[in-house]
Amino acid sequence: MMLLIQEQSKPGRRAVAQAPLRKADTSDIPEQFRRRRPAALPEVSELQVVRHYTRLSQRNFSIDTEFYPLGSCTMKYNPRGANEHAMLPGFLARHPEAPESHSQGFMACLFDLQEMLKELTGMQAVSLSPAAGAQGEFAGVAMIRAYHDERGDTGRTEILVPDAAHGTNPASAVMCGYKTREIPTGSNGDVDVEALKTVVGPHTAGIMLTNPSTLGVFDRGILEIAGLVHEAGGLLYYDGANLNAILGKARPGDMGFDVIHMNLHKTFSTPHGGGGPGSGPVGVSERLIPYLPVPMVTRDGDDYSWLTETECPRSIGRLSAFAGNAGVILRAYSYARMLGREGMSRVAEYSTLNANYMLKMLQEAGFEAAYPQRRATHEFIITLRTQARERGVNTMDFAKRLLDYGFHAPTTYFPLLVPECLLIEPTETEDKGTLDAFIQAMRTVQGEVAEDPELVKGAPHTLPVKRLDDVRAARELDLAWNALAED
Amino acid sequence: MLEAIGVDGIEDLFEEIPDDLRCGDLESIPPAMSELEVSQLMGERARQDGQPACFIGAGAYDHHIPAAVWQIATRGEFYSAYTPYQAEASQGTLQLLYEYQSMMTALTGMEVSNASMYDGASALAEAILMAVRANRKSKSRRILIPRALHPSYRRVAGNIVKNQDIELVELPFDPEGGHTDISALEPYNGEDIAALVIPQPNFFGVLEDVDALTGWGHRNKVLTIAVVNPLAMSVLSPPGEWGGEGVDICCGEGQPLGAPLSSGGPYFGFLCCRQAIVRQMPGRIIGRTLDQDGNRGFALTLQAREQHIRRSKATSNICTNQGLMVTTATIHLALLGAEGLERTAAACHANTKSLVEQLSIIPGVSPRFNRPVFHERLISLPMEAEAALRALAAHNILGGLDISRDYPELGSAILTCATEKRTPGEIGDFVDKLSRVISLQGGTPCQLQPKES
Amino acid sequence: MSDLPTELKFAKSHEWVRNEGDGTVTVGISDHAQGLLGDLVFVELPEVGDSLDAGSECAVVESVKAASDVYSPVAGEVTAVNVELADAPETINQDAFGDGWMFKLKLTDAGDLDKLLDANAYAEVMQSEDH
Repeated sequence: MMLLIQEQSKPGRRAVAQAPLRKADTSDIPEQFRRRRPAALPEVSELQVVRHYTRLSQRNFSIDTEFYPLGSCTMKYNPRGANEHAMLPGFLARHPEAPESHSQGFMACLFDLQEMLKELTGMQAVSLSPAAGAQGEFAGVAMIRAYHDERGDTGRTEILVPDAAHGTNPASAVMCGYKTREIPTGSNGDVDVEALKTVVGPHTAGIMLTNPSTLGVFDRGILEIAGLVHEAGGLLYYDGANLNAILGKARPGDMGFDVIHMNLHKTFSTPHGGGGPGSGPVGVSERLIPYLPVPMVTRDGDDYSWLTETECPRSIGRLSAFAGNAGVILRAYSYARMLGREGMSRVAEYSTLNANYMLKMLQEAGFEAAYPQRRATHEFIITLRTQARERGVNTMDFAKRLLDYGFHAPTTYFPLLVPECLLIEPTETEDKGTLDAFIQAMRTVQGEVAEDPELVKGAPHTLPVKRLDDVRAARELDLAWNALAED
Repeated sequence: MLEAIGVDGIEDLFEEIPDDLRCGDLESIPPAMSELEVSQLMGERARQDGQPACFIGAGAYDHHIPAAVWQIATRGEFYSAYTPYQAEASQGTLQLLYEYQSMMTALTGMEVSNASMYDGASALAEAILMAVRANRKSKSRRILIPRALHPSYRRVAGNIVKNQDIELVELPFDPEGGHTDISALEPYNGEDIAALVIPQPNFFGVLEDVDALTGWGHRNKVLTIAVVNPLAMSVLSPPGEWGGEGVDICCGEGQPLGAPLSSGGPYFGFLCCRQAIVRQMPGRIIGRTLDQDGNRGFALTLQAREQHIRRSKATSNICTNQGLMVTTATIHLALLGAEGLERTAAACHANTKSLVEQLSIIPGVSPRFNRPVFHERLISLPMEAEAALRALAAHNILGGLDISRDYPELGSAILTCATEKRTPGEIGDFVDKLSRVISLQGGTPCQLQPKES
Repeated sequence: MSDLPTELKFAKSHEWVRNEGDGTVTVGISDHAQGLLGDLVFVELPEVGDSLDAGSECAVVESVKAASDVYSPVAGEVTAVNVELADAPETINQDAFGDGWMFKLKLTDAGDLDKLLDANAYAEVMQSEDH
């Protein structure tokens, strides 16, 4: 067990050189506004801090240390160069309200990336400002709503969402004031078009789709779906979570989508940082351009300038105080320039090759594919329902045991419609040796399930902690350290 | 690998994509560059923007960040880790987030903190949604929001909550003090209001009568939402103590805690509340628990609030948050402690005070409001603010923010801030240059032209 | 399946109702429902005095991996709620048909009870869900 930094605190100790050496006078702030007792923050030395957080970091899995075949999350290598480029002093020091005269270099990077993303997705305009995928979704649905509202078409109250969708899709639709209606998936993994026909109509504001879907297959009926929804007056939203699978091969704009969000922290290789920051730019078809969130960058000759609420009065507005996660955008820009035109389609090619190779090898090892008749995209699903039924070892147990072999678990129990599933996405940055080692670990755990199921049910055995009690965490809420409660 | 799969070439793997959907060569994407070439390109662009002396605050502040903060945060084990869903493989991030939650509750005096939102403005939007859900005594969806709150926060909150039929009602500020006077609330006595937003300090840097405002909320069964600068909390009374019982929800921009200015992001929003309404909280929350052997460990908890479980009925659509920025904030707070934070806050307060005193000597220049401020002040100018700022920028000085677009009623004025990083030399230079710009403007046309980009 | 209390009525959405014979009913969720949810960690109840329509969302039961709405099987006014559940939501896991009751209602229309399922019909619902 590692002590909390708060538990290492000793009164009066501190990192002296990190703050001003003299305490300036604040006596002109009247008493009524002042804090009476100092906050109970840790009192520790610089070395204690450095050692503590370095050692905490060593209690993490990460891309730099482990393979992360985490379906739908695109955990690929995050180039170190991109980090260095985004952290150039000139970029770090730029105030978000700096005048355009002192922002041309930064704005040039944003403009270039807007243009590259337009070309890659086949959309007509791009705004980089949403701070993450879910905020991109919000922006997208808000634009759909603004479009219908402006036309006086207010009877459209529903957003259609496939049952395989990410939870963010229905949650984003509700934040924009819509009701959601679920569309079932056919047995082949494509959206059930017949079921769609029965619900699409004058109440349909739009449909939110991921293609390739979260089932790891490309929806072959996409043009028919687009036709049906457009005919009914609805718009099509593309969840870009799986854009990695088709980068440089196919474009959402060509499939008939009206609005798309991209996850720069997936497809454009910016780091996940233990849960963020992400960046969720949105791209739109012609009819939604007026509604794009601000700010954006435009160019006139060699001069770059901002597009804000003033220039874009019909915009859905801004969704964060400034220009979104600028540092993430710069990392994505650096990545995109290093990849270049010739590198883009390689992303789709090698991620798809790796996924199909793993699927084939795992099938040969006796694992059950959820959609064996389909070609895998950059990810695929296997189901462990047989093991769960016959051996009482569920997918969570299996996943936890993989951690013992030094592999981050694939995504578990998602999508919800495949029982006991593992969603596996190797990405293009892993080599065959790593894939083979993972396949071997899967075989080993499979053997353990047959011979010693208790070993698997008790996993993990080699990590800093054993299986954690989630029920206790939720019933006996302990969300912050309190010195008094410790006694 | 192709042989194992049983195909002849990689192209065969894309056979399920209809032919008419296959795209061409992407000719407008530039060809690949080496790491060195991208370094040269982006290095040139970063230099192009210069590094002017920055006296702009307005929600993003130029503070010193100890060297250890980013050196540790960019270790691969933090930088390239995923969201800590697999708790046993993420104890480093999870323990750090629990420590962060503990630091934020200590700083704000609140009971509970989540693990971050995107930024201060979007955190306020989520706080408003949370208050509407949590205030069971109120049937209204009306929120009182001071005009003295950051204009971008008001815009962002409006853009996010308006689709759920929530109405933001503006409270005027006192024209002399720049604060939200308690009398501004009188028209709403006894009215059905879901929540009242209270900034500290407000957009003008001015300190609000937070106890009186919070007390009004308590008396009228209106939930209170504090929007605070976390650095200021080292010297100002924490929201958990305002009006005796404290506020219900507290949020704000975490940037002053270890995030560089970086053109506005990534920063992080913090969000704290009373434990009684924690189930209305959006975003990730970490809890302390035990493992099978009875040892302490940390895990995401209360996940049934979140979109990946609750879908259309989730408290928010947020998934990815600002994890790495919280990592930097936690290390930053551990290094500075309460004493270091207070010294930083005091240095900013004193620097701004000194700047304002020196600027006030210039004829026609004066502080706009007469109430106490934290580390930022609105300054009235005897010439058009935009022209003055443009002339200063030509000297590589960013003198402040022109507020005329958002507050035309305040005339020509700039919001200015001198953090602990501004040296006496830089402050003196700012004063000299502004003095020259104003005197030149008074007689002959301004000789200073903006820098050509 | 055979241990379903026969004096109870059920809704398809897995709530049970006991007719107390004095114009009031007691409501909870079935043992089958608690089994599907797993260990409960939180229960959100209506407030005494709330007026509920038949089929309206009126409570939430939450486990670590799911949160489920509870629908009022009949219309009525809430006369009591099981406050013990706030500190011990696991009571529903342990005794769904007894101590794990959730709230009591004063019936608006006794005819609502006739629209509910008896134990046998509910057993069939459970069985069909297993397929």
